[in-house]
Amino acid sequence: MASAIRDKALVVIQLSGGNDCLNTVVPYTNGLYYDFRPTVNIAAEDVLPIDDAFGFNPSMGPVKRLWDEGKVAVINGIGYPHPDRSHFRSMDIWHTAEPEKIGKEGWLGRAIRTLDPQGNNVLMGINFGRGLPRALGCRGVPVASVGNLETYGLYPDLQEERSRQFALQTFTKMYGGGAGRDAVMGFLGQTASDALKGADILRTAPAQYASTVAYANNSVAQSLKSMAQVMFADLGTRIYYTQHGSFDTHSGELATHAKLWQEVAGAVEAFMDDLREHGREDDALVFIFSEFGRRIRDNGSGADHGSGGVAFVIGKAVQGGMYGEYPSLKVEAQLEGDLHFNNDFRCTYSTLLEQWLGLEPAPIVNGQFEQFACLKTSAS
Amino acid sequence: MYQQDMTLMAHLLRRAGFGATRDDLEAYVAKGYEAVVEELLHPSDPQAMPEDIIRRYHVDQSELRQLDAAGANWLYRMITTKCPLEEKIALFWHSLFATGYAKLNQARVLLNQIDMFRRYGLGRFDRLLVELSKDPAMIIWLDNNNNHKGAINENYGRELLELFSMGIGNYTEQDIQECARAFTGWTLGNAEYMAVRASKDSIWPYGRIAWHFEYRDGDHDDGEKTFLGETDRFNGEEIIDIVARQEATAHFISRRLFQFFAADEIDADGEQTIQEMKQSYFDSGYEIRAVLRTLFHSDYFTSEQARYARVKGPVELVVGAIRLAGSYRTPTLGAHQLAYQTFYMGQGLLQPPSVEGWHEGLEWVDSGSLLERINFIAKELSNVQNSGVRAIIARLAAENGGTLTPEQLVDRCLDLVGPLSVHDDTRSALVEFAAMDGALQLKGHQPGDPSEQRVGNMLRMIASTREFQLA
Repeated sequence: MASAIRDKALVVIQLSGGNDCLNTVVPYTNGLYYDFRPTVNIAAEDVLPIDDAFGFNPSMGPVKRLWDEGKVAVINGIGYPHPDRSHFRSMDIWHTAEPEKIGKEGWLGRAIRTLDPQGNNVLMGINFGRGLPRALGCRGVPVASVGNLETYGLYPDLQEERSRQFALQTFTKMYGGGAGRDAVMGFLGQTASDALKGADILRTAPAQYASTVAYANNSVAQSLKSMAQVMFADLGTRIYYTQHGSFDTHSGELATHAKLWQEVAGAVEAFMDDLREHGREDDALVFIFSEFGRRIRDNGSGADHGSGGVAFVIGKAVQGGMYGEYPSLKVEAQLEGDLHFNNDFRCTYSTLLEQWLGLEPAPIVNGQFEQFACLKTSAS
Repeated sequence: MYQQDMTLMAHLLRRAGFGATRDDLEAYVAKGYEAVVEELLHPSDPQAMPEDIIRRYHVDQSELRQLDAAGANWLYRMITTKCPLEEKIALFWHSLFATGYAKLNQARVLLNQIDMFRRYGLGRFDRLLVELSKDPAMIIWLDNNNNHKGAINENYGRELLELFSMGIGNYTEQDIQECARAFTGWTLGNAEYMAVRASKDSIWPYGRIAWHFEYRDGDHDDGEKTFLGETDRFNGEEIIDIVARQEATAHFISRRLFQFFAADEIDADGEQTIQEMKQSYFDSGYEIRAVLRTLFHSDYFTSEQARYARVKGPVELVVGAIRLAGSYRTPTLGAHQLAYQTFYMGQGLLQPPSVEGWHEGLEWVDSGSLLERINFIAKELSNVQNSGVRAIIARLAAENGGTLTPEQLVDRCLDLVGPLSVHDDTRSALVEFAAMDGALQLKGHQPGDPSEQRVGNMLRMIASTREFQLA
């Protein structure tokens, strides 16, 4: 029982910049949509209909395929109280699960600490990309931030093998003698040892990997491929994170938004295919979110920052369907020209934490929130 | 004695600046410690990279827009300035009065704020707080443009007392509200239009527009206020007068300066030094310059106690390594990457995580940031094409006929990058590394040849030491 729980992994894809939910899940039979979006709209005949009222952006073909297989939960109207249209502040709120104050700890950092209080596995959480997102940041919680799996670790610029080996040996000696030193030197020694241990293990993952699945040559697809490599190497990683963008489509939205979703949808499809090929479909769930949606009215070329958005939970364990309520476009229902959110993002966080990772959500998301019944299997 | 002077001077420059090359240190030592302290405290001619040159390469800076170019802009100043304390004190105030791009969505007002720190950062603290209260970036950041007569927004009033001057526990909620009332009317020119633009975060139709300060008498609450036990019809300046003369303020500022310039942790001797700094604060009429002078001349600062007692922050680390390596002396688009580098290490310039600033000291280091730190500085200092590295090679080649035993190679390199003092086992690991290729002969060295590369390899390993992570 415990081992089954241990294997469940959460893959988070952050759509940075503010994904336009109106052009993602398109209300293609709603006249108001075309009234407010005279230029930056998706024509009704182009959408990939999922029901009589809504359809996916035409660039999301792979997501539509997964939807048809019943593996996609669409969380409509997701947001947080008192929307802030700043990217940074808004993302910060999503990262720290703290909409009122400035939060100190990342929600996934807390999840990692709860999963592994002693910090025994330095690879419990991995970010693919440079610089650690605040979602993963938590004092004393080691998280690897991997730019490139093949060269991850110390001295990626040192190509020549002999020099590299000598340099690494010397480094280990220099950082090894921690005993009897002061607290700072001891801490630096321990941290370096954690980092190198993680790097040594991680670099073995690509060599063990074999797959017939072809991932596209863009950053989000390559990050998901790296995640598959790490997952199949069974390193005990539970939280995977990456981001893609920029979805900040103030101008030229239609082309940019389509390209980005084509990349994300293709990457998720390849990842799902890879999971199936390796018999791991039951082990991973993909969660896709963005800091906010965009304004209802377009600006002639794009759309400016808005509030209520859309999130996705994708995987074999998902009970496919629409969740939350698609916000009304009626003027009286709008929030200062934005879609009015109707479910707190922490409802979804709580769902993922409790039903998927088997964790008590309240201390991680700062409160009790109603959960969605969007998963078939719950951790038990 | 000369070696001791050199070691102390290197320590001073790591703290009051971003480290120094050997050529610079020799010139500083010739002037003497006291004269150098005064020179640092009175920045005159920074000779930093000119603004027009920077803008040629970072055109975003002319458009008042992006964050990375703004970070690069400031980094150029730090890398090229001849007045390092002017930049270091600006970095200190940026960490304390932490204002972020997050809410402003334009970088120019942030750089203007940094420039204000350069102008007022070493002067009277009360004057600095007045300037801060008028700073457009701060007004937006802490909502003082929403602080109106009869409808206060206490965000700025609260942080002014809690985070910027006295520290929590030294005033009441009532004081906060009275403080906020005193700052009503301290707003932006064309405030309503600008606030709407900021909240919509739209560059349409006119692009970004830099804000300026405006005092609106009509929106100022001129009524009687009771603040920290004193009652009058206070305006913002009078509130700052009262704040500046508080014991709590002297203590708070002295502690923060001590932790930034002397040691991450405050022990009993440190507390004693902070008392001396507080005394200077009052004796000088709140001059930051005087407080720092006291610190730099204190027994604590000049003794072994303070050496390597701070973890270098990412910006200090990156700028220090670049100044030593002699790279980025001319403008390049690659400087955008520098701004990202410090962000990867946990300190994005002009984008502190919150108004509380960064968590400094040991909290700079985690397994991810440590790899980023070492990989960056190791690459920079091992590149024998860099002029600063070439200068080190030239010095080594000129000594003793260019022949160095493994021990000499280690000791000379440790000396020339600092002097940097390392633990015995660090040194013996370095000597072992050097000994793998035997004695080094630099006589007749050619750019990039294997003998030079051995020096580069040694500098790589020295940059990787734990000791190099500390200031």
